[in-house]
Amino acid sequence: MKNTPFTQIHIGLGAKMAEFAGYNMPISYSGINDEHATVRNNAGVFDVSHMGEFILKGADALDLIQRVTTNDASKLTTGKAQYSALMNEEGGIVDDLIVYCIEPNSVYMLVVNASNIEKDWNWISKYNTKNVEMHNISDKTALLAIQGPNACKILQTLTEEDILNLKYYTFVKGTFAGVENVLISATGYTGAGGVEIYFEDKDGDAEKIWNAIFEAGKSAGIKPIGLGARDTLRLEMGYCLYGNDIDDTTSPLEAGLGWITKLNKETAFTAKEILEKQKAAGAKRKLIGFEMIDRGIPRHDYVIKDAAGNVIGKVTSGTQAPSLNKAVGLGYVDVAHAGIDNEIFIEIRNTPVKARIAKFPFV
Amino acid sequence: MNFPAELKYTKEHEWIKLTDGDTALIGITAFAQSELGDIVYVDINTIGSTLAADQIFGTVEAVKTVSDLFLPVAGTILEVNPALEGQPELVNSDSYGEGWMVKIKVANPADLDSLMSAEDYQKLVG
Repeated sequence: MKNTPFTQIHIGLGAKMAEFAGYNMPISYSGINDEHATVRNNAGVFDVSHMGEFILKGADALDLIQRVTTNDASKLTTGKAQYSALMNEEGGIVDDLIVYCIEPNSVYMLVVNASNIEKDWNWISKYNTKNVEMHNISDKTALLAIQGPNACKILQTLTEEDILNLKYYTFVKGTFAGVENVLISATGYTGAGGVEIYFEDKDGDAEKIWNAIFEAGKSAGIKPIGLGARDTLRLEMGYCLYGNDIDDTTSPLEAGLGWITKLNKETAFTAKEILEKQKAAGAKRKLIGFEMIDRGIPRHDYVIKDAAGNVIGKVTSGTQAPSLNKAVGLGYVDVAHAGIDNEIFIEIRNTPVKARIAKFPFV
Repeated sequence: MNFPAELKYTKEHEWIKLTDGDTALIGITAFAQSELGDIVYVDINTIGSTLAADQIFGTVEAVKTVSDLFLPVAGTILEVNPALEGQPELVNSDSYGEGWMVKIKVANPADLDSLMSAEDYQKLVG
């Protein structure tokens, strides 16, 4: 099992630790509900250094990204980022990722899921026929997500860069807490606002930055947050989790990711024809959000039925949503049943429990 | 972590306490609630059922996990703690008191003798 630069800090703070994607990660500290509320209402710090980072460099870097991903990276200028997906040849999703434009056309950073680092690397390498320079900097890159409505205000005291006015999905590079070359990005997986900061793990910088953030946020009540609350926070927003809601067998059109699937961009990407056909014919199933009407908590892989008891789909994520005091979930259902407010039934321990298809974000 | 001496314990992390004669209260231990984290739903629909020892009498749901509840000894489920419907978090805050889960009629009170003492249970989870 690998450690992040912060693993010892988490253990020292008494976090509940568990393996996630091969890393020894904090699942919770004070409790998922408390951590969740802290991020929604104040500010919390996630160690997500397990995520993967690749640098792609060279005259054909943009061309390579355009060929393997669904979104249109040619629209990116320096300091802009975009959410995108890597496609397989069958029209399924290899991974979802963020593309950061360091220098248009020639230098990009791709941020991928920890569980997919090797798979993505091999996949992109396979398409790298024009010798784009590729660097896997995952192991030496530390990543903290500082999220919540008060996050930027707290962090602003640690840098000259203008964090407070950083627009969503843009980033700057600068000195942060005395550490140079920190990439500060207005992104996150919580819907609560805040930033993510990337920096090289060297010379004790990781600990220095961690301590500076907690010192700056002490009076405001900033807290460390584990992966448990990360999951409930993203689920309330309806954000997809790779391996749960999207995978090699789901298409971005089914998953509600049509907005990052640019079929008309200049460079054709993997499986474009398949997705075009799917779009023309209409996807057969659709990822929907739902909330429970009757008592019960939906979980990954529970069966979804209609009122007559026919199987119409499957739950991909579910939880008791801490901000809402009700249980919500995501799942795929046959498109005929996918309408908002449609009543569905989640099979929980052999009992069908009533739920309603709802718009997300749920909060 | 607290393991009251007057209770009996199981390896599935339930506790049982005879209240009078052959009725007993059952809940989960301080260790169990701590491992589960924030408890959000206690789902028990076996009222009136007579179950054997080790049979599942319900399910406890934390934010991230679902865990079955096993009856420590044979008996009949008489009552589910009504407070847990609105406040499942009582299992976290007071696992041996207000967070009790079911009241049962024990088939044979002597069955409790075969369960673990507080000391043995502490060794198990220590």
